[in-house]
Amino acid sequence: MKLLQIQRGVAAALMTPLTAGGGIARKAKSGALMSREAARFIKPNDQLTSLERLEIYSKSYWFRLIDSLYDDFPGLAAILGWNAFERLAKAYLAECPSRSFTLRDLGSQLEVWLRKNPKYVGINRVLALDMVRLEWAHIQAFDRPEHRTLGPEDLVGMSPGLRLAVQPYVSLLDLAFPVDELRVKISDLEDVSDNASNTLLKQKHHAVHKVSRAVPKPMFLAVHRFDLVVYYRRLSAEEFRLLQALRSGKSVASAIRLAFQGSSLNQDQIPALLKGWFAIWAELGWLSGRPTKRRSTKLQ
Amino acid sequence: MAPKHFDNFDQYGIGIGLRVPHLNHILERKPLVDWFEIISENYMVDGGRPLATLDRILEQYKVVQHGVSLYLGSAEPLNREHLRKLKALVRRTKTPWLTDHLCWGSVDGRYTHDLLPMPYTFEAAKVTARKVRQVQDFLEVPIAVENVSSYAEFHVSEMAEWEFLNEVVERADCGILLDVNNIYVSSRNHSFDPRQYVDAVPPERVAQIHLAGHSKFEKYILDTHNHPVAGPVWKLYERALQRCGPVPTLLEWDDRIPSFTEVHTEALKARRYLPSQLKVSA
Repeated sequence: MKLLQIQRGVAAALMTPLTAGGGIARKAKSGALMSREAARFIKPNDQLTSLERLEIYSKSYWFRLIDSLYDDFPGLAAILGWNAFERLAKAYLAECPSRSFTLRDLGSQLEVWLRKNPKYVGINRVLALDMVRLEWAHIQAFDRPEHRTLGPEDLVGMSPGLRLAVQPYVSLLDLAFPVDELRVKISDLEDVSDNASNTLLKQKHHAVHKVSRAVPKPMFLAVHRFDLVVYYRRLSAEEFRLLQALRSGKSVASAIRLAFQGSSLNQDQIPALLKGWFAIWAELGWLSGRPTKRRSTKLQ
Repeated sequence: MAPKHFDNFDQYGIGIGLRVPHLNHILERKPLVDWFEIISENYMVDGGRPLATLDRILEQYKVVQHGVSLYLGSAEPLNREHLRKLKALVRRTKTPWLTDHLCWGSVDGRYTHDLLPMPYTFEAAKVTARKVRQVQDFLEVPIAVENVSSYAEFHVSEMAEWEFLNEVVERADCGILLDVNNIYVSSRNHSFDPRQYVDAVPPERVAQIHLAGHSKFEKYILDTHNHPVAGPVWKLYERALQRCGPVPTLLEWDDRIPSFTEVHTEALKARRYLPSQLKVSA
């Protein structure tokens, strides 16, 4: 038997979802008995059958990957509860196995997958999707690159035709629920409690219940890092639209026009707002020059 | 005799695996440690805290890279994006050598994130050795492959594990990261004499030794890295040093991680077995 054939067979077997009781699946995807599949490749010994030896690896695969998803999406797990989260994780991983050398990317398809499979989040669909987007943005904010930052001095006298970029580690989210506050609450609770304690579970449930009962309303958020720490910063609708337009490559003048289209703000408020926003963004290091084909954009 | 890739590193002494719970202690108190081993994948990112922290460690300490996902034994070709990121990290750390496992873990672009045992066949040895050579050529740094602990054996195997290891390293002309805990764990799971394994390894190719703890279950032993090093493993370590001479040694502790001091103290027990000239620096 060729190496590739063995590896395909073993990988398919160990990546078959575990039973509800947490044991290796009884049947392979092909319909064949898993015990037969195991015996095709793996020797038994005096202690363990071929299937039991394969089960060690299958359990290890599923436990490792579900734990990794839990570590990255504790807010989603709190919204769903552990059992529903585990069901979701198994279904997601069965359809979207890891295609990256690093577990960091394991949740990269989760938002898209959840939109296609809303049954796994039940009545809290919008809240769960908001949380997934926030938690994926959190991962991005942690380790995405930082391009050369434009400071306040770089923005003095900038031309309206200038095109700026927003740092890759900054995610701009339009949400319906205050999942930022919920995520902070969940993290705080996990920091001070034993993960399995009943008190912690009750506190998490209470925090989720409070947010899920709120009437959904648009809110805008930047997930970013400062001094290597990940933060969430609420934005106004206009500030959010302006940043999005800058990120999409619009010139500063066009982005400002788009940001305030249909806004209820008074025209005379706008200059002061813009001055304040650009100052804060520069202080936070969110802006960088937009690379051109030949060289980086230089400010005049 | 095969070229001695790793002669220059005999005096590296005793290191420990760099782990997140110890970072504050290390950065604030700057304890005297011969070297740290980092998990390459934890730092193959584009920015943020991981790289900033690594740079602070590099200012103070020697660092050697250890990977967990090259999957040199996978039948599929190497992942070019992975190699590109790994090379960027090699340039950053200036690692004197680089290690990863003699195992497979991906197929058709899908990753198991596990260190799966190889079928010990000549075909598998050829495939693996070719990939080791490709990695070595691309990264321009000596490579050493680590024996993994295993819980399964394949019907198709044509040789013992140590014969397979030797076949690969001779074909690839690379080094060995000899994990004596893994040898012990596999010896118990597959009923062979671990001393035979240690005795069969070409000493001139042993670049580094790993030590770790394991857990005993009713029907098998699991490589858990959550305990101190067991007595029989220290004995294998002593035997390996008698054959190989001084070799850089590294303690891994990955689960239920105790204080930095406890981990370092456990690692320094290796001094008892090292030749006297190394005890001063350790």
